[in-house]
Amino acid sequence: MSGLPMVEALLQSPAPLDDLDRAIINALQGGFPICERPFAVAAGQLGIGEAELLARVDVLMARKVLTRFGPLFQIERLGGAFCLAAMAVPGDRLEAVAAQVNAFPQVAHNYGRDHTLNLWFVLATETPAGVAEAVAVIEAATGYPVFSFPKEKEYFVDMRLRA
Amino acid sequence: MNEVLDDIDRRIVVATQGGLPVVAEPYRAVAESLGLAPGVVMARLQALLDRGAIRRIGVVPNHYAIGYVANGMSVWDVEDDRADEIGAWLGTREAVTHCYRRPRHRPMWNFNLFAMVHGRSRAEVADLVATLHEGMEACFPGACRTLAILYSNRIYKKTGLRIAA
Repeated sequence: MSGLPMVEALLQSPAPLDDLDRAIINALQGGFPICERPFAVAAGQLGIGEAELLARVDVLMARKVLTRFGPLFQIERLGGAFCLAAMAVPGDRLEAVAAQVNAFPQVAHNYGRDHTLNLWFVLATETPAGVAEAVAVIEAATGYPVFSFPKEKEYFVDMRLRA
Repeated sequence: MNEVLDDIDRRIVVATQGGLPVVAEPYRAVAESLGLAPGVVMARLQALLDRGAIRRIGVVPNHYAIGYVANGMSVWDVEDDRADEIGAWLGTREAVTHCYRRPRHRPMWNFNLFAMVHGRSRAEVADLVATLHEGMEACFPGACRTLAILYSNRIYKKTGLRIAA
Protein backbone atom coordinates (compact mmCIF):
# COMPACT_ATOMS: atom_id res chain seq x y z
CA MET A 1 0.00 0.00 0.00
CA SER A 2 1.30 3.44 -0.86
CA GLY A 3 1.77 5.84 2.05
CA LEU A 4 0.43 8.74 0.03
CA PRO A 5 -3.33 8.54 0.74
CA MET A 6 -2.51 8.29 4.44
CA VAL A 7 -0.33 11.42 4.19
CA GLU A 8 -3.10 13.35 2.44
CA ALA A 9 -5.66 12.28 5.00
CA LEU A 10 -3.42 13.35 7.88
CA LEU A 11 -2.57 16.70 6.27
CA GLN A 12 -6.27 17.51 6.00
CA SER A 13 -6.84 16.62 9.62
CA PRO A 14 -7.37 19.74 11.72
CA ALA A 15 -6.25 17.98 14.89
CA PRO A 16 -3.07 19.37 16.48
CA LEU A 17 -0.81 16.63 17.87
CA ASP A 18 -2.34 13.39 19.03
CA ASP A 19 -0.81 10.95 21.49
CA LEU A 20 0.88 8.95 18.74
CA ASP A 21 2.47 12.09 17.26
CA ARG A 22 3.84 12.94 20.70
CA ALA A 23 5.10 9.42 21.24
CA ILE A 24 6.86 9.51 17.87
CA ILE A 25 8.45 12.90 18.56
CA ASN A 26 9.63 11.77 22.00
CA ALA A 27 10.95 8.41 20.80
CA LEU A 28 12.69 9.61 17.66
CA GLN A 29 14.72 12.53 19.06
CA GLY A 30 17.70 10.24 19.34
CA GLY A 31 18.78 6.69 18.82
CA PHE A 32 17.30 6.31 15.34
CA PRO A 33 18.58 2.91 14.18
CA ILE A 34 21.30 2.48 11.60
CA CYS A 35 20.12 -0.55 9.64
CA GLU A 36 18.46 -1.35 6.31
CA ARG A 37 14.89 -0.70 7.48
CA PRO A 38 15.24 1.70 10.41
CA PHE A 39 11.66 2.94 10.27
CA ALA A 40 10.43 -0.66 10.56
CA VAL A 41 12.56 -1.13 13.70
CA ALA A 42 11.49 2.20 15.23
CA ALA A 43 7.85 1.51 14.36
CA GLY A 44 8.04 -1.87 16.05
CA GLN A 45 9.21 -0.19 19.25
CA LEU A 46 6.23 2.16 19.03
CA GLY A 47 3.81 -0.69 18.34
CA ILE A 48 2.82 0.59 14.89
CA GLY A 49 3.63 -0.35 11.30
CA GLU A 50 6.45 0.98 9.13
CA ALA A 51 4.07 2.65 6.65
CA GLU A 52 2.20 4.43 9.41
CA LEU A 53 5.40 5.76 10.98
CA LEU A 54 6.69 6.98 7.59
CA ALA A 55 3.37 8.71 6.94
CA ARG A 56 3.32 10.35 10.36
CA VAL A 57 6.89 11.62 10.07
CA ASP A 58 6.16 12.89 6.55
CA VAL A 59 3.19 14.86 7.81
CA LEU A 60 4.99 16.21 10.86
CA MET A 61 7.78 17.43 8.56
CA ALA A 62 5.26 18.93 6.11
CA ARG A 63 3.50 20.71 8.98
CA LYS A 64 6.90 21.90 10.22
CA VAL A 65 6.29 20.34 13.62
CA LEU A 66 9.59 18.64 12.88
CA THR A 67 12.30 20.86 11.44
CA ARG A 68 14.71 18.11 10.67
CA PHE A 69 15.23 14.39 10.38
CA GLY A 70 18.74 12.97 10.17
CA PRO A 71 22.12 13.03 11.85
CA LEU A 72 23.05 16.00 14.06
CA PHE A 73 26.73 16.65 13.57
CA GLN A 74 29.06 17.92 16.29
CA ILE A 75 31.00 20.44 14.25
CA GLU A 76 34.02 20.57 16.57
CA ARG A 77 34.54 16.83 16.13
CA LEU A 78 34.55 17.44 12.38
CA GLY A 79 37.39 19.94 12.80
CA GLY A 80 35.20 23.04 12.69
CA ALA A 81 34.09 25.54 15.30
CA PHE A 82 30.96 27.03 16.83
CA CYS A 83 30.85 30.42 18.51
CA LEU A 84 28.02 32.39 20.06
CA ALA A 85 28.19 36.10 19.24
CA ALA A 86 26.11 39.16 19.96
CA MET A 87 25.68 42.75 18.84
CA ALA A 88 24.01 45.84 20.27
CA VAL A 89 22.04 47.33 17.39
CA PRO A 90 19.82 50.44 17.57
CA GLY A 91 16.17 49.41 17.36
CA ASP A 92 15.50 51.15 14.07
CA ARG A 93 18.45 49.36 12.45
CA LEU A 94 17.73 45.91 13.88
CA GLU A 95 15.78 44.42 10.96
CA ALA A 96 18.32 45.58 8.39
CA VAL A 97 21.31 44.44 10.42
CA ALA A 98 19.69 41.07 11.18
CA ALA A 99 19.23 40.57 7.43
CA GLN A 100 22.87 41.49 6.80
CA VAL A 101 23.98 39.00 9.45
CA ASN A 102 21.68 36.28 8.08
CA ALA A 103 23.28 36.63 4.65
CA PHE A 104 26.56 35.17 5.90
CA PRO A 105 26.63 31.38 5.41
CA GLN A 106 28.66 31.04 8.63
CA VAL A 107 25.61 32.22 10.61
CA ALA A 108 23.67 29.11 11.65
CA HIS A 109 21.15 30.67 14.06
CA ASN A 110 20.20 34.29 14.64
CA TYR A 111 17.80 35.41 17.36
CA GLY A 112 16.50 38.71 18.62
CA ARG A 113 16.65 38.94 22.41
CA ASP A 114 15.48 41.47 24.98
CA HIS A 115 18.71 43.17 26.10
CA THR A 116 21.09 45.95 25.08
CA LEU A 117 22.87 43.12 23.28
CA ASN A 118 19.78 42.48 21.19
CA LEU A 119 21.01 40.31 18.33
CA TRP A 120 22.46 36.89 19.20
CA PHE A 121 23.78 34.53 16.59
CA VAL A 122 25.78 31.34 16.31
CA LEU A 123 28.72 31.14 13.94
CA ALA A 124 29.51 27.68 12.58
CA THR A 125 32.74 27.57 10.61
CA GLU A 126 34.78 24.85 8.99
CA THR A 127 37.96 25.83 10.83
CA PRO A 128 38.60 27.46 14.23
CA ALA A 129 40.23 30.42 12.42
CA GLY A 130 36.98 30.94 10.51
CA VAL A 131 35.27 32.33 13.62
CA ALA A 132 37.56 35.37 13.87
CA GLU A 133 37.28 35.89 10.11
CA ALA A 134 33.48 35.81 10.31
CA VAL A 135 33.47 38.27 13.22
CA ALA A 136 35.68 40.64 11.23
CA VAL A 137 33.58 40.53 8.06
CA ILE A 138 30.32 40.97 9.98
CA GLU A 139 31.75 43.99 11.82
CA ALA A 140 32.96 45.44 8.52
CA ALA A 141 29.62 44.84 6.78
CA THR A 142 27.41 46.19 9.56
CA GLY A 143 29.59 48.82 11.22
CA TYR A 144 28.76 47.50 14.70
CA PRO A 145 31.10 45.65 17.06
CA VAL A 146 30.57 41.91 17.47
CA PHE A 147 31.05 40.48 20.96
CA SER A 148 32.09 36.87 20.80
CA PHE A 149 31.23 34.32 23.45
CA PRO A 150 33.23 31.18 22.69
CA LYS A 151 32.42 28.38 25.05
CA GLU A 152 35.13 28.02 27.66
CA LYS A 153 33.52 24.96 29.12
CA GLU A 154 30.53 22.80 28.20
CA TYR A 155 28.73 21.37 31.23
CA PHE A 156 25.72 19.84 29.56
CA VAL A 157 23.99 19.62 26.21
CA ASP A 158 20.78 17.75 25.56
CA MET A 159 18.36 19.65 23.42
CA ARG A 160 15.67 16.99 23.52
CA LEU A 161 12.33 18.31 24.79
CA ARG A 162 9.28 16.23 25.64
CA ALA A 163 6.34 16.83 23.31
CA MET B 1 38.32 19.39 8.11
CA ASN B 2 40.46 17.15 5.94
CA GLU B 3 42.49 15.66 8.77
CA VAL B 4 39.44 14.27 10.58
CA LEU B 5 37.21 13.35 7.66
CA ASP B 6 38.37 11.36 4.68
CA ASP B 7 36.79 11.90 1.30
CA ILE B 8 34.04 9.32 1.77
CA ASP B 9 33.11 10.68 5.22
CA ARG B 10 33.01 14.17 3.82
CA ARG B 11 30.70 13.19 0.97
CA ILE B 12 28.39 11.47 3.44
CA VAL B 13 28.36 14.52 5.74
CA VAL B 14 27.56 16.82 2.82
CA ALA B 15 24.81 14.48 1.60
CA THR B 16 23.14 14.13 5.02
CA GLN B 17 23.69 17.48 6.77
CA GLY B 18 20.41 18.73 5.35
CA GLY B 19 18.66 15.59 6.61
CA LEU B 20 17.84 12.05 5.55
CA PRO B 21 14.98 11.21 3.18
CA VAL B 22 11.83 9.97 4.92
CA VAL B 23 11.69 6.63 3.08
CA ALA B 24 11.76 3.02 4.22
CA GLU B 25 15.46 2.65 3.36
CA PRO B 26 16.99 6.09 3.93
CA TYR B 27 20.60 4.90 4.08
CA ARG B 28 20.21 3.04 0.78
CA ALA B 29 18.82 6.23 -0.78
CA VAL B 30 21.86 8.21 0.42
CA ALA B 31 24.21 5.47 -0.77
CA GLU B 32 22.64 5.40 -4.23
CA SER B 33 22.93 9.16 -4.56
CA LEU B 34 26.65 8.88 -3.79
CA GLY B 35 27.39 5.71 -5.77
CA LEU B 36 28.34 3.86 -2.57
CA ALA B 37 27.16 0.58 -1.09
CA PRO B 38 24.50 0.98 1.62
CA GLY B 39 26.71 -0.97 4.01
CA VAL B 40 29.49 1.59 3.59
CA VAL B 41 27.17 4.50 4.38
CA MET B 42 25.78 2.73 7.45
CA ALA B 43 29.24 1.75 8.71
CA ARG B 44 30.58 5.29 8.23
CA LEU B 45 27.61 6.87 10.02
CA GLN B 46 27.96 4.37 12.87
CA ALA B 47 31.66 5.23 13.17
CA LEU B 48 30.92 8.98 13.18
CA LEU B 49 28.31 8.37 15.89
CA ASP B 50 30.71 6.23 17.93
CA ARG B 51 33.39 8.91 17.93
CA GLY B 52 30.97 11.72 18.74
CA ALA B 53 31.12 13.47 15.36
CA ILE B 54 27.38 12.79 15.17
CA ARG B 55 25.63 13.71 18.42
CA ARG B 56 22.51 11.72 17.57
CA ILE B 57 20.34 10.64 14.66
CA GLY B 58 16.66 11.44 14.81
CA VAL B 59 14.06 14.14 14.52
CA VAL B 60 14.29 17.72 15.73
CA PRO B 61 10.95 19.21 16.74
CA ASN B 62 10.13 22.86 16.26
CA HIS B 63 10.03 23.95 19.91
CA TYR B 64 7.15 26.31 19.26
CA ALA B 65 5.06 23.62 17.56
CA ILE B 66 5.32 21.31 20.57
CA GLY B 67 4.35 24.06 22.96
CA TYR B 68 7.66 25.50 24.13
CA VAL B 69 6.88 29.02 23.02
CA ALA B 70 9.17 30.71 25.53
CA ASN B 71 12.92 30.32 25.36
CA GLY B 72 14.99 32.10 27.95
CA MET B 73 18.75 32.31 27.97
CA SER B 74 19.47 32.53 31.68
CA VAL B 75 22.83 34.16 32.37
CA TRP B 76 24.60 34.22 35.69
CA ASP B 77 27.46 36.21 37.16
CA VAL B 78 29.11 33.79 39.54
CA GLU B 79 32.48 33.82 41.28
CA ASP B 80 35.13 32.59 38.87
CA ASP B 81 36.66 30.09 41.22
CA ARG B 82 33.28 28.43 41.78
CA ALA B 83 32.00 28.72 38.20
CA ASP B 84 32.84 25.15 37.24
CA GLU B 85 31.10 23.46 40.15
CA ILE B 86 28.08 25.73 39.74
CA GLY B 87 28.03 25.14 35.97
CA ALA B 88 28.15 21.40 36.49
CA TRP B 89 25.29 21.67 38.99
CA LEU B 90 23.20 23.88 36.66
CA GLY B 91 23.74 21.44 33.82
CA THR B 92 22.15 18.64 35.82
CA ARG B 93 18.92 20.59 36.49
CA GLU B 94 16.04 19.20 34.47
CA ALA B 95 14.93 22.56 33.10
CA VAL B 96 18.29 23.25 31.45
CA THR B 97 18.89 22.04 27.89
CA HIS B 98 22.43 23.35 27.56
CA CYS B 99 24.87 25.02 29.88
CA TYR B 100 28.22 26.67 29.19
CA ARG B 101 30.84 28.94 30.73
CA ARG B 102 31.66 31.87 28.44
CA PRO B 103 33.84 35.00 28.70
CA ARG B 104 32.64 38.26 30.22
CA HIS B 105 32.81 41.54 28.28
CA ARG B 106 32.92 44.09 31.07
CA PRO B 107 31.30 46.54 31.54
CA MET B 108 28.77 45.60 28.85
CA TRP B 109 28.44 41.99 29.98
CA ASN B 110 29.30 40.61 33.42
CA PHE B 111 27.77 37.13 33.13
CA ASN B 112 29.92 34.02 32.83
CA LEU B 113 27.45 31.09 32.95
CA PHE B 114 24.79 30.52 30.31
CA ALA B 115 21.92 28.05 30.79
CA MET B 116 19.10 27.76 28.25
CA VAL B 117 15.64 27.16 29.70
CA HIS B 118 12.55 26.31 27.61
CA GLY B 119 8.98 26.68 28.82
CA ARG B 120 5.38 27.00 27.73
CA SER B 121 5.26 30.67 28.69
CA ARG B 122 7.65 33.38 29.87
CA ALA B 123 6.07 33.06 33.31
CA GLU B 124 6.95 29.37 33.37
CA VAL B 125 10.54 30.12 32.32
CA ALA B 126 10.78 32.81 35.01
CA ASP B 127 9.51 30.32 37.61
CA LEU B 128 11.99 27.68 36.47
CA VAL B 129 14.85 30.18 36.66
CA ALA B 130 13.71 31.38 40.10
CA THR B 131 13.77 27.78 41.28
CA LEU B 132 17.26 27.36 39.82
CA HIS B 133 18.37 30.49 41.67
CA GLU B 134 16.95 29.24 44.98
CA GLY B 135 18.68 25.91 44.51
CA MET B 136 21.93 27.64 43.65
CA GLU B 137 21.73 29.83 46.75
CA ALA B 138 21.11 26.75 48.87
CA CYS B 139 24.05 24.83 47.39
CA PHE B 140 26.48 27.71 46.77
CA PRO B 141 25.51 30.54 49.14
CA GLY B 142 26.46 33.99 47.90
CA ALA B 143 28.29 32.74 44.80
CA CYS B 144 25.83 34.26 42.33
CA ARG B 145 26.01 38.06 42.20
CA THR B 146 23.40 38.76 39.51
CA LEU B 147 21.39 36.95 36.91
CA ALA B 148 19.23 37.86 33.94
CA ILE B 149 16.93 36.08 31.52
CA LEU B 150 17.20 37.07 27.89
CA TYR B 151 14.01 35.93 26.16
CA SER B 152 14.06 35.43 22.44
CA ASN B 153 11.63 37.74 20.71
CA ARG B 154 12.37 36.80 17.11
CA ILE B 155 14.00 33.99 15.16
CA TYR B 156 15.79 35.57 12.23
CA LYS B 157 17.55 32.41 11.07
CA LYS B 158 17.78 28.79 12.09
CA THR B 159 19.70 26.36 9.95
CA GLY B 160 21.93 23.44 10.72
CA LEU B 161 25.59 23.20 10.05
CA ARG B 162 26.52 23.46 6.39
CA ILE B 163 29.92 22.42 5.18
CA ALA B 164 30.91 23.02 1.59
CA ALA B 165 30.82 20.12 -0.85
